[in-house]
Amino acid sequence: MAQRTPLHDRHVALGARMVEFGGYEMPLQYSGIRDEHLAVRGRAGMFDISHMGEVRFGGAGAEASIQHLVANDASRLQAGQALYGVMCTPEGGVVDDVVVYRELHGAGFLVVVNAAVRHRDVAWMREHLAAETEFADLSDGTALIAVQGPAALDIVAPLCAADVRALRHFTCTGTRIAGIDTDTSVVSRTGYTGEDGVEIYIDAACAVELWDALLEAGAPQGLVPAGLGARDTLRLEAGLRLYGQDMDETVDPYSAGLGWTVKLAKGDFCGSDALRRIREQGPPRRTVGLRLEGRSIARHGHPVLDGGHRVGEVTSGSYSFTLGCGIATALVEPAAAERERLEVDIRGTSATAAVVPLPFYKRERS
Amino acid sequence: MPDLSALRYSATHEWVETIDGGVRIGITDFAQAQLGDVIFLELPEVGATLKAGERFGVVESVKAASDLFSPVGGRVAEVNGALGDAPEKVNADPYGAGWLMRLEDVDETGAELLDEAAYAALTEESAH
Repeated sequence: MAQRTPLHDRHVALGARMVEFGGYEMPLQYSGIRDEHLAVRGRAGMFDISHMGEVRFGGAGAEASIQHLVANDASRLQAGQALYGVMCTPEGGVVDDVVVYRELHGAGFLVVVNAAVRHRDVAWMREHLAAETEFADLSDGTALIAVQGPAALDIVAPLCAADVRALRHFTCTGTRIAGIDTDTSVVSRTGYTGEDGVEIYIDAACAVELWDALLEAGAPQGLVPAGLGARDTLRLEAGLRLYGQDMDETVDPYSAGLGWTVKLAKGDFCGSDALRRIREQGPPRRTVGLRLEGRSIARHGHPVLDGGHRVGEVTSGSYSFTLGCGIATALVEPAAAERERLEVDIRGTSATAAVVPLPFYKRERS
Repeated sequence: MPDLSALRYSATHEWVETIDGGVRIGITDFAQAQLGDVIFLELPEVGATLKAGERFGVVESVKAASDLFSPVGGRVAEVNGALGDAPEKVNADPYGAGWLMRLEDVDETGAELLDEAAYAALTEESAH
């Protein structure tokens, strides 16, 4: 049976349509994906993402463990700073994509992993720990709420004791929030929507209190609860990858367009030999953005064709409410990535798509 | 909005309204809620002849593409052209402005239609 987040009853009371995702019962939508998507782009939306996993690496071996497991270079992180990276197999396939924080105090790291592969990740991490590493899975005791959108900081900042407006992108701070009596709440300027915003980590026991306080504080600025449906259309517009769909163990990070997160210069790590080889030889595939012409929506698994010849497949596809057309990412043969146009076989009908750079949507920075 | 008790329904979540000279067909409120935001529809050519249970189009929502099945047979006399620019009418008003097509020369051979109570029982079941 699917697990529930601490906010389950709130979702049901708000009339959410619940679906199973990553082993959890999660809200797919409240008022509708379009409404929620446009709210996040124009004002603010709030997401329960407590299904995400959080694991902690502590002890003298913490940094060595992270550096071995994650292809990005965590040694350069200051306290409270975060990075995005991938864990790879020795063959160079992606085990998961993660966010790594250096803890605010002490020498530990917090790693955020995808819900669907959390248990596999935890087993993988345990197998690859350096000596003197304390490892703990904190997922079940941790709730995570994201507030995203141009009004997100206006809503969250007044509730925080610390100055969260001063946070730079991909940094976090511990702060008391909404007067909630816990010393564990952390506000991070991160997200998965392409908008400005924060993600708030808090004791699972305090999640309902925080949810209610945010919803009340944000109501005058048009904050709405948003579900996984909008989260998916938002992240796709923002060109952000979804593990299990855009990549898995059979896809290397260069093919997935995540080569920028691989730091071969930092020394040997899990997968580094294979990744060095792949980079030298050129990755077997490329990730491209596709903008569908006409009224077509490409979906995960649809074949991508070049002059009728199959050159790859769609990894994520949906409708872009911002652009008003179908958009998709696809893994294709390297030569096909250079084309101006490709076709997608949508249930037997060929649809033309322009090959476009990612992301599809970039917010205007003030 | 028509009187829902006067409509007949298919197990594939379409409704049929008997009107002068034929029937009007759409998808139910249950169906639109399951689909979520409708992005566009593929509807048949006017003049096409359909059999009961035949696929007549596709409704594409944010989440997925779903086939549409004609609850009864007949000749397509009109499709709802307003949905081209405003497919969201299917979500907002599935029994009214969100209707899909009108058939003439209706042929109910092979049609398996439910009344409102039987259809409600069916959706009740699939909701659990």
